[in-house]
Amino acid sequence: MRSLRAYIITRTLLTIPMLFVLVTLVFLVLRIMPGDPVEALIRPGAPREYIEQIRHSLGLDKPIPEQYLDYLGRLLSLEIWIAPADQEVTPVAEVLLPPGEPRLAFRFAPPVFFQFLLLPEDPRLGLGIWPGRPLSRNSYLVQFPTPGTPAESLPLQVGFVDMGTSISPVRGRPVAWDIAEKFPATLELAICSIIVTMLVGVSTGAYSAHKRRSVADYTFRIYSIAIWAMPVFWLGLMLQLILGVGLNLLPVYGRIDTGLDPERITGLYLVDSLVTLNLPSFMDALKHLILPSLTLGLYLSGIFTRLTRANMLGTLQQDFIIAARARGIPERVVVYKHALKNAFIPILTMIGLQFAALLAGAVLTETTFSWPGMGSFIVERIGYRDFASIQGAVVFFAFLVASVSLMVDIIYARLDPRIRY
Amino acid sequence: MELEQIIKPEPPPGLAGRLVAWWMRGVKWYGAEWYITIAGAIILLFILFITLAAPALAPYDPVVEAGPTFEPPGPTYLMGTDNLGRDVFSRVLHGSRVVLPLAFISALFALFIGLPVGLISGFAGGKTDRVLSLIMDSVYSFPGLLLAIAMVAVMGPQSQKVIKSSAAGMGIEVSGDALVVLSAAMSIAVAIAIVYVPTYFRMVRGQVLSVKEELYVEAARSLGARSWTILWQYIFPNVIPSIVVVFSLNVADAILTEAGLSFLGLGLPPPTPDWGVDLNRGKAFLPQGRWWMITFPGLMIVFVTLGFSMLGEGLNEILNPRLTEK
Repeated sequence: MRSLRAYIITRTLLTIPMLFVLVTLVFLVLRIMPGDPVEALIRPGAPREYIEQIRHSLGLDKPIPEQYLDYLGRLLSLEIWIAPADQEVTPVAEVLLPPGEPRLAFRFAPPVFFQFLLLPEDPRLGLGIWPGRPLSRNSYLVQFPTPGTPAESLPLQVGFVDMGTSISPVRGRPVAWDIAEKFPATLELAICSIIVTMLVGVSTGAYSAHKRRSVADYTFRIYSIAIWAMPVFWLGLMLQLILGVGLNLLPVYGRIDTGLDPERITGLYLVDSLVTLNLPSFMDALKHLILPSLTLGLYLSGIFTRLTRANMLGTLQQDFIIAARARGIPERVVVYKHALKNAFIPILTMIGLQFAALLAGAVLTETTFSWPGMGSFIVERIGYRDFASIQGAVVFFAFLVASVSLMVDIIYARLDPRIRY
Repeated sequence: MELEQIIKPEPPPGLAGRLVAWWMRGVKWYGAEWYITIAGAIILLFILFITLAAPALAPYDPVVEAGPTFEPPGPTYLMGTDNLGRDVFSRVLHGSRVVLPLAFISALFALFIGLPVGLISGFAGGKTDRVLSLIMDSVYSFPGLLLAIAMVAVMGPQSQKVIKSSAAGMGIEVSGDALVVLSAAMSIAVAIAIVYVPTYFRMVRGQVLSVKEELYVEAARSLGARSWTILWQYIFPNVIPSIVVVFSLNVADAILTEAGLSFLGLGLPPPTPDWGVDLNRGKAFLPQGRWWMITFPGLMIVFVTLGFSMLGEGLNEILNPRLTEK
């Protein structure tokens, strides 16, 4: 059991019950707690029958355990669905399946985390690989069958992993599509923020340890405490105020100026505009990115300052550092090369631990900067009381957190052979 | 020499160092943690004073128009007025009367669930412990704010019914604005509390696991003490110092989470003075340069959380001394 492979397998298997607990918890929070999504959605005074109809079509009239199983099934499923040729469909949004064509489709639904990579471009086939083409913005089928139709005679069910169907009046398409559309923006912000965090946190921490008890050391230590006590959105507002409005250096809202959107390949504007050699878009996207990633990056950097400093101080007392000094290696090289390298393993672990904080911070930062990512999406959906979307987004984040912590643990185990089960 | 260094740090080099050394000559050095704790306590005492004396200190009614709109800070309106002509200074002062009780209640609520569950889980061990730990760890690993968002969003309107019926059960009639504010406050408090239960659970469980094997516990057991007695009289007292620390840090977290929820529009309904809600409103007027509407409520949040964090971190060093670098 002491091999790396055994560790990886055990660690991966341990992720499954954890995810299961989280998915269940989110489901329970959203279903058991008082509150009816459909009723909250529909304007008061809507006909009772209409409400019942929507509730039925979304499966909300089933008993809770059955709804729970349905939901799990939608998250991870292998499905075969058959569309009868002569079924009439009464869709609310649009007719998805033209009648008269019998078809048979097999589909393997990948786990949710990868779902944003594989989206059905053509719902009739359930295939179509994203990235590649822009996602359709058309509302997607929510088939509301006429009341009284027996379940057996219903046309094919919307069978693929959709994390629930967004039920706002204007949308009604799988939540997975929304996530696929919004997540790249959040990813871009998160990556840039991590870069800022690492640059600021590690350099201040290392310098603090190097020049221990200097004025700079005390300043950085106070900085690391103060920045953590700051609400991240307030930090953002202050940066907007000073750099955006006061000095008029950088744009305050949004991700890119209108009309400059690069062609969608990965959804990351910086990458897309570089690949298509669209320089104006690239510069504009970069300008928009600076303030939000600075906000989120600085917010998280305090903890890395502390961590790097503490680790470096520990390392600097070790024998190999004394030996390096004794050999006459310049102090600068000893500190920033020999010692810093050794401080990186705990820093890596910390990235994994802070990933949840990064996502929570991203939600607030996005709202502050009107950044069109997952955070803004969740907040916007709350306004519509669209619980399917909220549930989908939250579960998606759960998968993300679990995957990242799994990855970090595996890398950690590779780097440090002492870590084994 | 080592000991000397731990007790009295050498002053930093350079001119600043000489100034510090001059300033500290003859001063007994207690270690940074004491100063941090005391600074935190002073901040909190000051906040407590503000909270209690807000009605006397505030020059205007926080929810009523006090003058022209968008008046910049000046002698009449210390922190200016907002878009409805309300005095920002009065709102910032009164905000502490809303935010602090809310944060305290949620932290207490989380404590009252997390503490017993953690004690039992750590003490019982076995399957119970594994299941509880799995659940708590899963919640702990998840971004708390998101979970809180989901909960508040769902509970929002429905919690009114709950409050109304439970108040009616106690023979109290709650209606109108009071009902709206109360129910929103309840959803926020419950959501924050649930999110922070694992924090207490993990800390308490860890302590129990390490104390459980101590000799005196074994001695008590061999004398025939009942499990309950061991848990309550021998193990629980060891957890208390950590509870104080975690509680203090937790209140800081709760304040930040509450502010975050309010900022996202899930906070208390207007016109309740609340820092997060005020920031959310001020954000809309930022492009026009109305800096006072966002600066002061935010500073207040920073001030309060800093107080609680410093108290917590300092107490942690004092109560749970480790051989950490000072």
